[in-house]
Formats: sequence, C-alpha cells, structure tokens
Amino acid sequence: MSDLLAPTDEDAIAAAIRRAGTAREPLAVGGNGTKSAMLRPVQAARSLSTGNLTGITLYSPKELIISARAGTPLSEIEATLNEQGQHVIAEPPDPGGPQTIGGVVATNLSGPRRVAWGAMRDHLLGLRAVNGHGQVIHSGGRVLKNVTGLDLCKLLAGSHGTLAVITEVTLKVLPAPEAVGTLVLPGLDAADGVSSLSAALGSPYSVSAAAWLPADATDRIPMLSAFHGPVALVRIEEFAPSVAYRMRKLRDELGGRGEILDDAASRSVWHAIRDREPLVPMTDEAVWRVSVRPSAGAQVLRSVGDACGARGYLDWGGGLVSLAGPATAAAHEAVQMAARDAGGSWMLMQGSETLRVAVDVIPPEPEPLARITQRVKAAFDPHGILNPGRLYASL
Amino acid sequence: MPRPAGEIILTNMINQPEPKAEILARRDTIVAAFRGMLPPEAVIAEPIRLRPYETDGLSAYRQPPLAVVLPETTEQVAAVMRYCHAEGIRVVPRGAGTSLSGGALPMADAVVVGLMKMNRILDIDYADRCATVQAGVTNIGITDAVQGRGFFYAPDPSSQLACMIGGNVNMNSGGAHCLKYGVTANNLLGLKIVTAEGDVLNIGGRHLDAAGYDWLGLLTGSEGQLAVITEVTVRILRSPEGARAMLAAFRSNEIAGACVDSIISSGIIPVALEFMDRPAIHACEDFAHAGYPLDAEAMLIIEVEGSSEEQDALLARIRAICEQHDPISMKVSQSAEESLAIWKGRKGAFGAIGRISPDYLCMDGVIPTSRLPEVLRRIGEMGDVYGLKVANIFHAGDGNLHPLIMFDANDPESFRKAEQFGADILKLCVEMGGCLTGEHGVGVEKRDLMPVQFKAEELEQQRRIKTAFDPDWLLNPNKVFPLAASSERSARTH
Ligand SMILES: Cc1cc2nc3c(=O)[nH]c(=O)nc-3n(C[C@H](O)[C@H](O)[C@H](O)COP(=O)(O)OP(=O)(O)OC[C@H]3O[C@@H](n4cnc5c(N)ncnc54)[C@H](O)[C@@H]3O)c2cc1C
Repeated sequence: MSDLLAPTDEDAIAAAIRRAGTAREPLAVGGNGTKSAMLRPVQAARSLSTGNLTGITLYSPKELIISARAGTPLSEIEATLNEQGQHVIAEPPDPGGPQTIGGVVATNLSGPRRVAWGAMRDHLLGLRAVNGHGQVIHSGGRVLKNVTGLDLCKLLAGSHGTLAVITEVTLKVLPAPEAVGTLVLPGLDAADGVSSLSAALGSPYSVSAAAWLPADATDRIPMLSAFHGPVALVRIEEFAPSVAYRMRKLRDELGGRGEILDDAASRSVWHAIRDREPLVPMTDEAVWRVSVRPSAGAQVLRSVGDACGARGYLDWGGGLVSLAGPATAAAHEAVQMAARDAGGSWMLMQGSETLRVAVDVIPPEPEPLARITQRVKAAFDPHGILNPGRLYASL
Repeated sequence: MPRPAGEIILTNMINQPEPKAEILARRDTIVAAFRGMLPPEAVIAEPIRLRPYETDGLSAYRQPPLAVVLPETTEQVAAVMRYCHAEGIRVVPRGAGTSLSGGALPMADAVVVGLMKMNRILDIDYADRCATVQAGVTNIGITDAVQGRGFFYAPDPSSQLACMIGGNVNMNSGGAHCLKYGVTANNLLGLKIVTAEGDVLNIGGRHLDAAGYDWLGLLTGSEGQLAVITEVTVRILRSPEGARAMLAAFRSNEIAGACVDSIISSGIIPVALEFMDRPAIHACEDFAHAGYPLDAEAMLIIEVEGSSEEQDALLARIRAICEQHDPISMKVSQSAEESLAIWKGRKGAFGAIGRISPDYLCMDGVIPTSRLPEVLRRIGEMGDVYGLKVANIFHAGDGNLHPLIMFDANDPESFRKAEQFGADILKLCVEMGGCLTGEHGVGVEKRDLMPVQFKAEELEQQRRIKTAFDPDWLLNPNKVFPLAASSERSARTH
C-alpha cells in the first residue's frame, strides 16, 4: 500500500514535488484514480493526488469558458454547465467513478463527438501545472485564441502526468444542442457500415457522431435491441427543426432506409457508446483503444478478431476501434500488428499487471524521436519522479 | 541599391544576435557545399537575388541572409539540415514570407530554407476526409484541390492566396471562420518533419489522437523553432449546403459588444462573427463598396450556414436579438453575390487601410470578449496621446483584436511611436486577462514583450523544450524569446 499525499492547494503540491525531487523518490501522480488501470503500472512508494484540489474558479457562459482546479469532479463541471445550457465539447467517457477534470485532460480521452468537434486537447485553453522542479508554470490562458509561445496545453494534455502535475484547467465550452437525432442503419456488416458512416461524415449536414456496433453489442443496448443485428448509427445535434430536416436528408442520401431515433433514445444510445457499454469485458480480459484512419477500422476489427477472438465496435466513423479480448501477449501482438498495418496507434486501456509491464502499451517511437522524448521529459522532470514508466518502460 | 531613407534607419532598429564571424567567413565554402547537394537553381547566393528574402509581412525589418536554399524533396531538406547541424549554421525556415510578426526574418549568418518549391498535393482521401500536401502548398491550394467534390480546408487566413500550409502550421493560423471550425491546430492529423539534427520523422498520420506525447500539437505554432515541416496531412470537411451573411450597424462599440454577448448567450454560434469600428468601416467601404453603413460607430458581420430554410431561421433569430440593441440598420444578404461583397470588404481590410496609410502595423492581441468596449475605448485614448490613427477589426466571437496602427515610414519618429503604441495595446490585452497574440505569432515583433505574459520559470521551461528539439539553437533562434536570453543560449552551445 503506497503512501498517499492529497494536498488541498497548489503550493502544497509544489512542495511535495520538490521534496520528492530532492529525495529522488518517484510519485504516482493521479486524480481520483479512475484510470489507473490504463497503460503501465507506476512503481512508486508514494502517490500524489490532485483529488482534493477542487472547485470551479471561473465560469463565464457568455465567453464560452470555464476554469476549475484539477481535482474538480467532471460531474460537477457538467452539472454547472448544464444549468446554463452548455456542455463539455469533447464528450469525455465516464469510466464509472468520480473522475476529475485534471484526469480527463491528462489522458485526453474524448467521446463520440470527437470525430466532428475535436478532442479534450482541442478545447483546453489554458492550464496551471507543477513541473518536476516543483515550479508552477502556466500556459495558454482564459481566451479562445492564443499562440503566444509554445503550446504546453497540447503537450500536457494526454501526457498522463509524466511531465507535470496539472493543477487547474480552462476549457472552451459550447451551447449544448437543443435537440438530438440518430439515424439507425440496420443489417450492415462492419465494412459496409463504415462506408455509410463515411458518406454521412462527408455530407453537408454536420454529423456529430458516427458509430458501428456488432450484433451482440446491439442486443445489450435497450434502445437498439429491437434491431437484432449490427447497426450503423449517425447523430445530428442541432436546433430541433434542423435535426428533423437533416435526419430526413441523410436517410434519403444513404439509400432511403433506416430508422430515426428520437431525442431521448438518441441521448441514451450515445451515452452507452461513449461509456464503452457495447463492450463488456470479463474481469480478466484486456481492453484496447486503437486509432486508425476510418476506412481501416473494419479490417482492424476483423484481423484482431480472427487472430485472438477479441470483440469490438467502431466509433469516430470507423477510426476508433474499442476491443476486448484475452489479456495475453499474443492478443496484444495481434492488436499491435493490426494497428501498425493500418498506420495507426494503440493504447492498452485495461489488462493484467503482468501484461501491462511486459508489452508496449502505446506504440514505441523511432529512435530519433525517442531521443527527443527523453530530452523533453528531462526538460520538465529532470529527476524522473513523475509517473515513471507509465507510458514507456524507459521513461 | 538606393532605398528610401526611412527604411535604412528602420532596418537598424531590430536587434539581431551577433552573427557568427567564422560562418560569415566561410560563406563561399558553405554555398559550394549546398551546390553539391541540391539542384543548381535551388541555391541562391547573389546579393541581388537574396533581396526578396530579406523580409516578410513585417516589412519594416530587413536582413539579407547568408544564402537561400529551395529544396524540392524531404531528402534534400534533410541533407541541408544535417550539414547545417554538423557545421553549426543557423537556419530560418520560410514559407511564403507573409508573417506579420517577423517570424521569417533572416539573420546575416543564417541560411533560409524556403519550402516554396515543395508545392505538390500528394494525396486526397475523401473516404477518410483528409489530404496530404507538401509544406509549400498554399492555403487556398488545398481548398482548390478538393472543392470540386464539395470539400474545403477550414482555416481561412486573409492571406490564404499566398500563405503556405507549412507557415500556417508553424504560426497556428486562424481565419474568419475559426469560431466554428477552429484554428490550424484543430484541423491537422499528421506531419513529416526534418529535425534540427537532420532526421526525418512522421508525426501522427491519418488517424485522430495518436498515443504518446502530442508532438503534433506542440509543433503547431512553434514558429520554425523546433523542426522543418515538409509535409502536412490536414482534415478536409464537406462544405455546408449554403452560407449567408448579414450586417448589423450600431450606435456604439458598447452596444455592438452587448449584442455579441446576446447572440452567444442565445445558444447560436455563427460560423463567423466579425466586428469593425468606425474607421475600419469607412476604409473598407471606400475600398470594396460593400454597402457598409457609414453612419455607424460599430458594425457586425454575422454569417450562418445550412440549407436556405435553416439560414432563414437562424438569421431571423439573430435579427430579433439585434433588434433589442437599438440597431441603426441591418442588412441580410439576399444572394451569394451579396455575401461575397460583404466579405470582400472585411477580407480586403488590410489593403483598404493601406490605401489611407501606406504604412501600418497590424496588431493581434486577444482579450476576454466581455472587456471589448473598455479595451476599444482605451485604444482610442492611447491613439490620441500618440497622435496616430487606428482602425479596429476584431474576430468578435473569440476576442481576437486586430488594431491597425497607421504611421509614416519616412518618419522614424512616427514608426517608433507606432511600435510603442502597439506594445501598449498588447500590454493592455494581457492586463485585461488576454494574451499577446491570437494568430500572428510572437516572431521578432513581440519577443521582448514575452515577460509581460510569462514568468521567468515559464519562459525557461519553454526554452528547455526548444533545446530538447534543437540542442544547438540553430533553428530560427532569434525569435519568440527575449533576445538577451536566446543569444546567451546560442552562445553557450558553441
Ligand atoms: C495581408 C495579410 C493577411 C493576413 N491574415 C491573417 C489571418 O487572417 N490569420 C492569420 O492567422 N494570419 C494572417 N496573416 C499572417 C500570415 O499570413 C500567417 O502567419 C501565415 O501562416 C504565414 O504563412 P507563410 O507561408 O507566409 O509563412 P512565413 O511567413 O514564411 O513563415 C512563418 C513562420 O513559420 C516558419 N515556417 C514557415 N514554413 C515552415 C516550414 N515548412 N517548416 C518550419 N517552419 C516554417 C517561419 O520560420 C516563420 O517563423 C496575414 C498576413 C498578411 C500579410
């Protein structure tokens, strides 16, 4: 059991990091730990949590911005935005647990809307963080456009706490849509499904999400179980008359068939997809997230399935393949190969500790880039105390 | 070559790091080495032919480089970079040279690596909605290549006929439609880069959110200081069914600002929401004859997209909101031609100001939108103090201000005042909770203002990242960071 530090202010975070640096003692950095099953396990005697660094520090609906300390639960932010009819644009998945906004940013995990509206990193306007020297640094700010200096917001988003500990973030937010509609195209296999999703995303109707689910997943989602087979799903989020109009146009252009789900059904279906409900891994199974060009998604699904029996579904028009299968090195190898063949990227989201320490949980970098990575890591965290080994065994 | 007197004086005003004497002394050897690795026409060394490269869109600053090379392939760029790395030669990457912050300004001992010959579209993938192009393809060139199929590349800087995608990536350029579609960073998938050490690397690809550090995000907006970019994969989007613009004229900047707030609060995000003040309205109307309201203190251009019924519905809602703010007049475009005319005035704004005052500085600060009226009032007051005219054009939805300060380049005192006035405006932006630059970059123009926005440790953190990519500080080293510190840094490594 590791020793847990959970300070309530930024100064104390900085002090803890300085102490750890002096002692050369690694820290397992996190929020509320809802994503600690991802990637490689961190070997550290102490944990440093931002979970007690809470509170919304600024919300200006008219300026489309919200700032909050890193430990603020995402649910609190969503509830506050909801009161003003706004939302978090990237629609981050809910891992089931009190995830913090800092954790969502540090892992850059986005939901279905990502394909049209961008990832968490795209809406991160500013942040404060403590680097491995124990210095507080800020980047970006509270305005919607900013190119002043290097963009550390992008670099720290998705860096999984390995470069600096994020203490506060500012996000761009948008008005939540008045209405939601979903076109369901039943009976398409993955390849045909992706062709339809491509046509929809390449239409002029501003599709906000596009996914394909296999038969077993459809059965599991109440609003879809009546379709008894695989489905392709296309979402529109707009003012109500536009949703009605665009749904009709899309149905006409995609072959004149398909069923339209109403607002409530649409919201529940896309929550399920966002939260990976189509995939029900057994406790000892591994889960992967593979990102490829959309037209390669169906092939990835097939080849990984053939190789190791893993099951999965497609989001982001085919570009995001979520997979569950045996937590073995062979299955992981099949995932890696499929992702590599498609020129894409993979991430091990869950798996046994044995697997997580043994394999490349994300793609290794070519040597000249890995050298730059080492130097950038050292530029933030010279003593290597922040989440050592989380991304790469040697970092 | 004879030059206007003012220019010579101005040239001396920009401080450059001390050129490396040993590099200057070896110029002929260096040029001969480039001739050995590149096609003959790709190496420029004659002083007269270096002239076009001595400045960029911030033409008050000039400095001819040691030489210019115009490679045609990534391998040629890599050969040049390996040689420069081995020999300790500074490199200034260059696209079209339209930077408004002096980002592409050469140094006397630097070789300019111009990407303009790398101007091929390599691949268009409609199924995956992306295009891979060489860095020297113009911004408009991408849209031109895909619009036959109804697609477009979203970021649309006003300079889009000339500026190149490699420059856009390095400046993270925006445009009038970025309120809906985002800036360059939000529209990229992959890059091919050559590092300062001459290694060729692929970053990202055709997929979203590659795992690992977000190099794509870090390289975007890095102002030619981290790597030379030779290929870019961008997202392309299907054009909406249609778009239409309207104009609304108001009695004061305050009222127009309040109207912007009301539109955003209503849940409508127009694709574009542009603000012009009285001097800008007059200058643009004289130039474009777009039917701008000359009796107004402030004007908004608001554009919506969708089918014609959807446009009607949105414009009706926006009109109703404008009505609550006592407008002087409103005009909804009735046709594609009228919308084009409305935009012609805005997109030609720099040309229009150029007709009133041949010399102007275009500033690029950002403020929280709620502070707009206050900031415009203070800019007006400062203009009175400096005795200089200023016109304001503003991406109202996102708070990106473009004050155009008019001055007389033949009068060094006038230029000095304009620079000072510009710096004061940017300091005001930071004081209001904003930042120094929203889309034009820091370059040489704003490097000495960086401490206004960043603490010493923060600048040092950014410098360490540059060092990680470019250990010898050879890539565009005289930009972005306050000069004293970067000179010290480059000196330390050699
Ligand atoms: C009339 C006018 C209107 C403008 N309007 C806008 C606008 O609306 N929005 C906006 O954002 N900007 C605008 N700009 C500014 C300018 O056009 C942009 O910054 C543009 O992206 C620069 O592109 P470029 O090809 O000219 O790059 P350059 O000016 O040649 O270079 C810009 C910077 O990028 C670096 N660079 C260029 N290419 C590469 C490469 N391949 N690899 C590495 N580094 C490279 C250079 O070293 C330099 O630091 C405008 C400029 C003008 C003159």
